[in-house]
Amino acid sequence: MSQRGSVMRRTIVTPLVLIVVLVAIAALSHQFGSRAFNRTVVEMFINIMVVVGLYVFVGNSGLLSFGHISFMCLGAYMTAWLTIPPMMKSVTLKGLPAWLLHTQIPMWAATPISGMSAALFALIIGRVIMQLSGIAASIATFGLLGVVNNVYSNWDSVTGGQGSIVGIPPTMNVWLGWLGAAAAIAIAYLYSISRSGLALRATRDEAVAASASGIDIVRERLIAFVVSAFIIGLAGALYAHFLSIVNPGAFYLRTTFITLSMLVVGGMYSLTGAVAGVVVISALIEMFRDLERGVILGGLTIAIPNGVQEIVIGIITIVILMFLPSGLTRNRELSWSGWPLQRRLTQPVQTALKESN
Amino acid sequence: MTELLQIIFDALSLGSLYALGALGIALIFGVMRLVNFAHGDFIAFCVFAMLWPSINAAAIIFAGNLPFYLLVPLLLLVGAALSMLSEVIVFRRFRNANPATMMIASFALGFAIRNLLLMLYSSRPKSIDLWPSLSLPVELWGARIPMLQVVTIAITLAVLAALTLFLKRTRYGLEMRAAADNFTMARMLGVRANSVILLAFAISGMMAAAIGLILATNSGTADIGMGANVMLIAFIATVIGGLGSLPGAVAAGFLIGGASVVFQATLPHDARVFRDAFVYGAVIVVLLLRPQGLFAPKSAKQRV
Repeated sequence: MSQRGSVMRRTIVTPLVLIVVLVAIAALSHQFGSRAFNRTVVEMFINIMVVVGLYVFVGNSGLLSFGHISFMCLGAYMTAWLTIPPMMKSVTLKGLPAWLLHTQIPMWAATPISGMSAALFALIIGRVIMQLSGIAASIATFGLLGVVNNVYSNWDSVTGGQGSIVGIPPTMNVWLGWLGAAAAIAIAYLYSISRSGLALRATRDEAVAASASGIDIVRERLIAFVVSAFIIGLAGALYAHFLSIVNPGAFYLRTTFITLSMLVVGGMYSLTGAVAGVVVISALIEMFRDLERGVILGGLTIAIPNGVQEIVIGIITIVILMFLPSGLTRNRELSWSGWPLQRRLTQPVQTALKESN
Repeated sequence: MTELLQIIFDALSLGSLYALGALGIALIFGVMRLVNFAHGDFIAFCVFAMLWPSINAAAIIFAGNLPFYLLVPLLLLVGAALSMLSEVIVFRRFRNANPATMMIASFALGFAIRNLLLMLYSSRPKSIDLWPSLSLPVELWGARIPMLQVVTIAITLAVLAALTLFLKRTRYGLEMRAAADNFTMARMLGVRANSVILLAFAISGMMAAAIGLILATNSGTADIGMGANVMLIAFIATVIGGLGSLPGAVAAGFLIGGASVVFQATLPHDARVFRDAFVYGAVIVVLLLRPQGLFAPKSAKQRV
């Protein structure tokens, strides 16, 4: 236990600095930002939650997941079912069970419930997916994304099908967004210094040695999967309150890709990287949004066509993977002793067995 | 009896599509451990190559007007070229990267291709009328089977036979099988890595083009997302078949096609929209029983 304390003392700076930086962003935007800018910042905070949640699984286990956005979908719809006034639900969502149809609970209670329901779903589905070997598991998470999207787009009486569900109380603001992001960072940090987090990173760096030391890979992966699903479920709930409408198209390939590329650009194996990637890509997306709206150049309005933004982000991701596979932060974390960025883990030794996971 | 025959043909033609898709993925996975998430977008790209870029609702058919003996080779060429180009420009630089990195790279490439199509053609589905005569039914043993189904099955069987011959009887095929089994060892024994991998990409791209042609003829529309659904199932098929096993991928493709058609025919009407969810449910049961896939090759055992 004393060792755990020392791990904490050496690394606690990372989450604290991240949270403080985010509070500064929130305060500045609250004080000086326009309404539109505030919305951008809230969206960024929600993306930080998603990407940090993704980091909990991808960063610690080294496995790629394409399915985590389905937890966001689950969380968002659960929140919609819980918080829309019963009057509206009985018109648009007739298929809901009676007890759900007639309840309405406030946001502060609905959000954790949404996160828990996503975590519960992850626990059930993860028991199957985590049995698979690395690459097969990644493909299976892609299947998960497909199934959840298929069910939510077709179950008309409960999810409203392809259309949107409206009427979720729009109670999001910058401070709630910051609170969510801070909670996500705290959970991710506590997980990564926990016994399970350390064990899982050991399996990531050297699977054979880790399992020879008595680590149950499937179990540790499942724990990380559930923790990350909880964080992303929370993010989905906040996202529903942010937009005040939900539709299944918002939780599919585009979001999956953007969040993955945020993680890659920042550095897949680092919490600092997850946050930094979101900030960088969000700024980029915002810039392109302006360009797509059109800029005035000498009396001429020049707008770039829709789709350029996505193509550029795709290309940036590929280029970063080619030349900086460990991302902008080189997988290092913020800390005092190696100011400003310190490598937390020494590079794992390349062994012949590496290629097969 | 005729109803049963109809179901069998439905199952075989849907299975053919999935098998072709799964084979295209498994081929590349075999030689370079790359799970090519851009494959579905290769399919869509091949379909849209028949149209002239425009964001109008009406499609301007361009290459699609060619007679079929020119159009088919042209599209196969487009598929092969796109696939080889992506290998030369992107995937070649990831030879020594870990599988997760390669997966994200292919996902990013697919995303860029999809949005390129979106920019050039807009997101509206466009109608494209290829070979209307193929949708006429033919009389087979008393059942009326759409001609396209017969053609699809025939093409798939021909592709499978040709590929088997190629892999078993030619020098390149031998090299490719050796590379799939143990890439490092194959290189040391004189297999040229670049040419084998490039060849695998070319074959895989041609299969994407074939799927695109069949899908476009079948649905009569060109849609940006049209490759995605086939690909999702094809991916699952490669996992069920055992990653890296070509016969496994084909068998699993047919198996999932069959299961989909059976669910379609037997599920109550309300539940039919969830057909895919039922198929995935069956997939999960299979994976619970055999996590390594039905036909796991010896080379793909997990070394932990």
